Order: sequence, then structure tokens, then C-alpha cells
Amino acid sequence: MTIRLHAKGLTKTFTLHTQGGIVLPVFDDVELTVKAGECVCLHGPSGAGKSTLLRSLYANYKPDAGQILVKHLGQTVDLLAAEPWEVVEIRRSTIGYVSQFLRVIPRVGALNVVTEPAIANGMPAAEATAKAQELLMRLHIPQRLWSLAPATFSGGEQQRVNIARGFIVDYPVLLLDEPTASLDAANRATVVDLINEAKSRGIAIVGIFHDEEVREAVADRLFEIGNQTATRTVPAVALAEVLS
Amino acid sequence: MTASALRKPAPKPPLLEVSGLSKSYGTQVGCRDISFAVRPGEVLGIVGESGSGKSTLLACLSGRLQPDTGSISYDMKDRGPVDILTLCEPERRRLARTDWGIVHQNPRDGLRLDVSAGGNIGERPMALGARHYGNIRTEAQDWLQKVEIDLARTDDRPRTFSGGMQQRLQIARNLVTRPRLVFMDEPTGGLDVSVQARLLDLLRGLVRELGVAAIIVTHDLAVVRLLADRLMVMQRGRVIEEGLTDQVLDDPHHPYTQLLVSSVLQV
Repeated sequence: MTIRLHAKGLTKTFTLHTQGGIVLPVFDDVELTVKAGECVCLHGPSGAGKSTLLRSLYANYKPDAGQILVKHLGQTVDLLAAEPWEVVEIRRSTIGYVSQFLRVIPRVGALNVVTEPAIANGMPAAEATAKAQELLMRLHIPQRLWSLAPATFSGGEQQRVNIARGFIVDYPVLLLDEPTASLDAANRATVVDLINEAKSRGIAIVGIFHDEEVREAVADRLFEIGNQTATRTVPAVALAEVLS
Repeated sequence: MTASALRKPAPKPPLLEVSGLSKSYGTQVGCRDISFAVRPGEVLGIVGESGSGKSTLLACLSGRLQPDTGSISYDMKDRGPVDILTLCEPERRRLARTDWGIVHQNPRDGLRLDVSAGGNIGERPMALGARHYGNIRTEAQDWLQKVEIDLARTDDRPRTFSGGMQQRLQIARNLVTRPRLVFMDEPTGGLDVSVQARLLDLLRGLVRELGVAAIIVTHDLAVVRLLADRLMVMQRGRVIEEGLTDQVLDDPHHPYTQLLVSSVLQV
């Protein structure tokens, strides 16, 4: 199977200049490959650096060293060496990211929040609207909310709008930061379906899933990440056995 | 997938390219050794505290202030890249009136207060040769609608407008001739927050719809988060950190940027 994402030598430390210049090492020399149709779950205790790694894979955080190789428009590019305008392009069509919280834009309605990335990626407006409506319907966002700006929505509703926004484009690589954190069982099931459908379309997924049920339903393997310890990979099935 | 296969796609040629720009006021440094490029359709934010040189830089870029050293190359429609500092004054004014827009912090600096709202918008098309009154008025009203000003106010003078309306009118006046580059100095400064949100949303929509490049100077991080693709942070006349907006704001490296980001009150 083709490799969709290959991170190597990733090293990240934070230097907190406002707090006496404390240096916090997060991870060192991380290597991660994700194949098409595979879902890798970043796993480790709270504070281990899962979110930092996920944000680094989106070039939201700037690792100190390493490469993140992705195939963009038929060419292999290193996300960390790319110029800012290139990163914008790569994010527009190649790497999607669903954050934990929706960053709401004042006065833009939920439906338009969802269609925006698709239209920016060249999808005709009518098609994007149809797809957004389907996603919002599946994620149980009532139709009367579609034209309203999500600022006043509940946390779970905002997160579902965020998920719809992430799944409307078929990004070859999709990064998910706790997509089911504040969802009820029915919506968790929908998100599991969306992830599995994306996998069957060959999308490579890296995610953080705290919910064990969700993790077992979607993850092909776990990628262990812990403070100052060597990272290693454990097959999800083996881990499930240990836990049960 | 190997690193040896790395090849970069060709970048779009820059619309504006600045190199080694410095400006002092006597012994006081305005801005020092600034270099950057803006590509077509790209929105660049410049943040920093008061006195960091943001406004000096913007004034130099938009031709309102002569820098001491450096060059500012602009890709002119009919001539290709030209150092605008070598243009003669009429040429530079024509450029500023047609291909650029300048949105001042204080809308009263960018509007004619004794000319009607419609007249303020119609002035630039007229300067470019538009003569048909009906067409000019239709276009002006079209823009008043875009910036959400009631058409009943077309013939009123902006003196009678609220601050938020004046700022929206100033934006319409600048964008009507479809400039390729817009300079904005604190476009939301002095407006109350509810009006700011409306203006930001409007600007965001217009910038995307028209594909104009913009350079926005502000000290408001929320403004750049919403509008800018790329960010430069200035302190004491120098650029101390730059990068994608979300990178700089979410993972700031320079001590001053960290202080700036951590000083924002969470609501």
C-alpha cells in the first residue's frame, strides 16, 4: 500500500521565555509512516505530547528538526521545509485537520462554515452545499440551525460542525484531534462510520481518540508516545487484549 | 517516498517585493532592514506594540514616506516589476489611485467628508475616466450594499455617519476600482467590538471574493487570526518573527511574540 504520510526525525521542544526560559522537551526523533486507508491512533498518557505531535504534522507547531513528507499534486514535498504559501496550498488540498474546538467566524452560518474548505478546494458551490447538507444531516444538526452562525451552538454541536468541515474534502491525509470528545453515542457512531468510510476511500488518518470504543472501532494500530521515552508501535489488537 | 524526490512547484511571482528597507527619524529608528514579499491574493498581517515601526513601514510601502535605504518592487500591470521609489510623483499617485487601496485607521483621513457617500465611492471610477452618471451611481450603490450601508444614505455626507459606517464607506471607496493590493492601518481600531466583528467578516468576504492582496497593520491578534495568511511580528523597528499566522500565534518562538500572545485576554 502506498505511504501517504512519512514523518521522520521529528523533534520538538518548547522554550517558555515568559516563564524564566524553561525548556520543555516533548518528543525526540519520532518516525511515523501512515499508509493509504490506514488509521493510526496516537496513544499515551495526558501530557505525553499527542496533540503536539498531531499539530506538528499539520505544521501548526514548528518542530525543531525532522521532515514531514506528503504527496502533494503528484510530488513528494516536505511540509516543514515548504514556504508559507506552499503550506497553505498543501493544507487546502492534501492535509486536513479537525481541531478539538471549532474556531467560529462571526456571522458566518454553519452551512457556509462547512462548505468553505470544499469551495476553496475547487468544488462547485452547488455540489459543496449538497455534500455539506448531507454531512450535517448525518451528524444530527437540525436544519433550522444551518443558516445560523455556530457561535451560539452547544459545544457538541460546534464540534459536529467542525467534523463536517473536516470530512467535506477528501484530503489524502486527515488529522483528527479527539473528534468524539463531547459527542453522544449516536453521534460517536456517525463519526466512526465517517472515519471507516474515509479509510475505505484510501484516506490515511492520524488521530487522538480517548474513547476506547471509538479507538477499537477505527484504529489499525496505536502509536505510543510518552514523555522522554522511546516511542514504539503496538498493534491495536494486542493492546486491546492487555487492557481487557 | 524519499527526500531525493523533493521538488518544489514554481511559486507565483510576488506582487510586492521589499528588500532592505530602513527609515529613521534623526537618531530615532522607524524601521530597520525589512525584507519580505507578498504574492497575488495573499493577506499579510503586521503586528507589534505601539512604536514598533508598523505604521512607518506601511507609510513607506504605500509611497507616503520616503525610506532612507532599500527597494520596493511592485509588479505593475503594464510594465512588470518596477521599483516604486524610482517612479515620479504623478506615476506613483496614479498607481495608488488605480491598482492600490489605502484604508486609513481614521476613516476621516480617507474620506471626503463634504462629498456624499455615493460621491466618495464614485471618485475613483471617475478618476479612471468613468463619465456616465447613471453607471457611476449604480456602481456606488452596489458597493454601498456590499458594505451594508442603507441606500437611503447615498446622498448623505459621511460627516453624519457613525464611525463603523465611515470605516465601511472607506473600504468601499477603496475597493470599487478592484485594486490588486490594499494597505490597511488598524482597520478596526476605535470601533466597538460588535462593529469590529461585522467589519472583519465583511473584509474577510471581500478579500476572498475579489482575490486582492492585502497588508494589514494592527495590534489586534484576533484581526490577523481571522484575516491574514501570513504574519510578521515587529519590535523596535525590526521583524523578529514571521511565518504562517497560525504557526506564529500557536507556537511563538521569540520572547516578545510569546509575551504578546500570552497577554491576550481570553473571553
